[in-house]
Amino acid sequence: MIAITQRHVHDAAVPPLAGDPPAADPPSPPPSKDDFQEELVIRPLHSGDIYASFQFRTVWDADFMGDQKVSHYRLFPKSLGQVITKFSVRELHISFTQGYWRTMQWGQPYLPSPPGAELWVWFQDTVTDVDGTWKELTNVLSGIFCASLNFIDSTNTVQPSASFKPLGIGNVTDHSFLRYATLPREIVCTENLTPWKKLLPCGSKAGLSVLLKSEKLFHSTFHSQAVHVRPVCQDPQCRTTSMELRQTLNVVFDLHTSGQGKREWSLFKMFSRTLTEACPLASSSKVYVDVTDNPQGEQFELSPATPLLTQAVVLGDRRTYSVYDLTQQASFGSSRSLNMLLRWKNSHNNVVPPVMLRPLLHSERYVAGYGLQAGEIHTLIYNHHPYRAFPVLLLSAVPWYLRLYIHTLTVSSKGKDNRPSYIHYQPSKDRERPHLLEMLLQLPPNSVTEVTVEFERALLKWTEYTPDPNHGFYVGSSVISALVPSVVAMDTNSTLDRPLFSSFFPCKEEASYFMRVYTEPLLVNLPTPDFSMPYNVICLTCTVVAVGYGSLYNLLTRTFQVDEPSPGLAKRIANVIRRFRGVPLL
Amino acid sequence: MAAPLALLLIVAVTIRAALFRTSLANLISERVEVVSPLNAWKRVVEGLALLDLDISPYSGDVFHETPMVIYLFHFLMDYAEITFMLADCLTAVALYLAVKDYNKQVFRKQKFALEADRIPMDCLELIRSPTEMYYIPLKVAMFYLLNPFTIVSCVAKCTCGLNNAVIALFILSTMRGGCLIYGLFTVASAGLYTKLDFALLSAIFLALATYHLSVPDLTPNIGLFWYFFAEMFDHFRLFFLCVFQINVFFYTLPLSIKLKEHPVFLIFMQIALIAIFKSYPTVGDLSLYMAFLPVWNHLYRFLRNIFLVSCVLLACSALFPVLWHLWIYAGSANSNFYYAITLLFSVAQILLVSDYFYAFLRREHHLTNGLYLKKKDGSEATLVLK
Repeated sequence: MIAITQRHVHDAAVPPLAGDPPAADPPSPPPSKDDFQEELVIRPLHSGDIYASFQFRTVWDADFMGDQKVSHYRLFPKSLGQVITKFSVRELHISFTQGYWRTMQWGQPYLPSPPGAELWVWFQDTVTDVDGTWKELTNVLSGIFCASLNFIDSTNTVQPSASFKPLGIGNVTDHSFLRYATLPREIVCTENLTPWKKLLPCGSKAGLSVLLKSEKLFHSTFHSQAVHVRPVCQDPQCRTTSMELRQTLNVVFDLHTSGQGKREWSLFKMFSRTLTEACPLASSSKVYVDVTDNPQGEQFELSPATPLLTQAVVLGDRRTYSVYDLTQQASFGSSRSLNMLLRWKNSHNNVVPPVMLRPLLHSERYVAGYGLQAGEIHTLIYNHHPYRAFPVLLLSAVPWYLRLYIHTLTVSSKGKDNRPSYIHYQPSKDRERPHLLEMLLQLPPNSVTEVTVEFERALLKWTEYTPDPNHGFYVGSSVISALVPSVVAMDTNSTLDRPLFSSFFPCKEEASYFMRVYTEPLLVNLPTPDFSMPYNVICLTCTVVAVGYGSLYNLLTRTFQVDEPSPGLAKRIANVIRRFRGVPLL
Repeated sequence: MAAPLALLLIVAVTIRAALFRTSLANLISERVEVVSPLNAWKRVVEGLALLDLDISPYSGDVFHETPMVIYLFHFLMDYAEITFMLADCLTAVALYLAVKDYNKQVFRKQKFALEADRIPMDCLELIRSPTEMYYIPLKVAMFYLLNPFTIVSCVAKCTCGLNNAVIALFILSTMRGGCLIYGLFTVASAGLYTKLDFALLSAIFLALATYHLSVPDLTPNIGLFWYFFAEMFDHFRLFFLCVFQINVFFYTLPLSIKLKEHPVFLIFMQIALIAIFKSYPTVGDLSLYMAFLPVWNHLYRFLRNIFLVSCVLLACSALFPVLWHLWIYAGSANSNFYYAITLLFSVAQILLVSDYFYAFLRREHHLTNGLYLKKKDGSEATLVLK
């Protein structure tokens, strides 16, 4: 391990002085072992765009859940480590996304994320006040990532009851320790990228992270950066756990905006930088290019050529990748820099471009209706599997100011009613918590399932509107979680050399894979009061109340009298004098 | 008199049944003038659906009725339309009987006063005759059943129809019982809990009371509260909430002192003031006090603003849906237009109520002091409030 190597180096560098008393080394705790890996996957998409996905993974064999205080940080970022220990976090997933992932054009992403900011956290079961801890955690994360996560409060936090099971190990199933919140209005920019890059061991100075330049990254159709922290097993028997930190960055460059219409992509064109070295602290640093659609090089030409090829089953599909290992000096060639170039050949010969595998699970969501009084939310879930039905879990968190009417909820597939087998609904409380709707739906094969629910729009207090109230209010994405049966990996009729006893049941590795699909966020207009009118309204309404009060007061306290004309001033003074004298009045 | 009443009931039920069958029923039940968050039928259905999902209807902020309504409609869900038509008929019959009893009492008191020579000679034209009072109960029932406000309220299945029935039965029992109870109408319409254990009961009561008093739902309606609290400065919110809620109830004591000999007029004034100043008024609340207007037919000569008031009420009723459409659907008006009409509507109602109060007090004054009053020097006098 690198740590031990360094210590030997250190000891050798300092010569023992003669006459020094033999200093007894104080017994130091064994250093925690941590490991850092980085990789970049480049996948050309069928629409001509290109998808680059960075993953930086740090695994640290420290026991955060134990009593021993963790204080010596090396590769694992100290800010995150302190957050995890202070707030007793078991798992933390935070993502910042700009743009919406177009599943039908681009296929499935490696790591899905909804537009805006999303944060979900599993706390350990030692936490007594989960809501208070959640509030502090969001504020601290807001400072770490320079994002306005402090807008996360009880009005947009939900506690899912079935979705968002822990991604790491652990057998806690009590969902009272889970919190989920999205901020669909959150914008991602350089201020969020810089602190994210600071969490990397090599910063942005060496390795793959030199490519992360904000002027190119944010000039893209889709940009998503995320941090995932979870406990993983250290050994196969899983006696002890390590903490794994994954930082991922997904970006899709558009053919026309970034590519100038020319279908030729290179690292320099995408990131305006090339790779010069691997991160010295990384145990593995690789670049993968997806060449599944290009087995004989008939679609595009990849240079510099590399002999390394690997296959992996990803999202139910077996893909082939050309690999560049940055820890090998040979990858950089004579120019000491690596700039991968993918140049598409003109398709004038009869080469049929391969058809993109249609994504099996896909969803859309929109608001129907007109006017500012009511509306309907329609969620469409598509199952493109030719012969298999599978269940999906739909989670919708709708803000309180769109009052949902659950008796209008209808679920229909292929025109027929489709009753969900599990519904968990938590109605909203005004200004306190949002609606939470979770349903388990069975999707028939090759069908569209439509979930419809009506809502009414509320009128808010004038201070509760954003400064641009006619822009509308955002409703966070719905989340659809499913175990999707794979089409490609499930080959029941394969005649490859396999013994018969192993191929009776159609289950191979990765026969079904876990997938999460996010719908579009909605933008809904609410009726607005006139913001220039508070003083006028108060005056006018109080005037009307005063008119009522005044007329009733008059009628209640006065009596009818005959109207006698009042005498002139002289007569009145004379009457006063006369009264003193005791003489009859005028 | 039973036959014309029966005929009236049949006509009313026919109109309502016909409207229930048309597509207007759905349209009307969405109108904010007719239903409010407190008594909309959609919310009752939502509360029942939540109960089916094993969720308490009071855990969210959608259902604000009393538990009695849940129990009632749990069994009568399929007969909802008949229930509301029956409630309207019950109200009309109760008002008919109550006004009949009241007329008898009035005539008897008048006879005693005439025999005791307490009425001045020139007031004979103010004396009421049995012939003129004969058709008043029928007119009251007609004013209630054939009032367009009542009809749309019934077709929308607004639960204020049930509230009106309870209040009318309460008025009838008051007339029959002969004792005077003040200011319990609101409790009668909000109470009647049955068969619940005390903890749940107090929790529900607290939730309902908080909702009624703190006005968190700012859905537009025909009252004054919604826009006022939508535009209120935050630090004055509590103060004005208290002022407005006190305003609903604090006329009770002075009115009862002034009108201690005229309980039915007191009931009329109370219902009217509550309908104007409550947090979530609807047209169904108006229709109950408007049903009493034929009882005060004899005050017509002393009313000062009745033409203006009726024109303003008609114009406002026509303008409410127009300006709502312009604000919410067409987007060419804004909330100020609708708010202006609510102001006018409230002013017109206040003028109506105070005008009738003035006429009533003036007639009483004339009955004690004579109709044609003269000043000290013998010329014709004018009466003023001093």
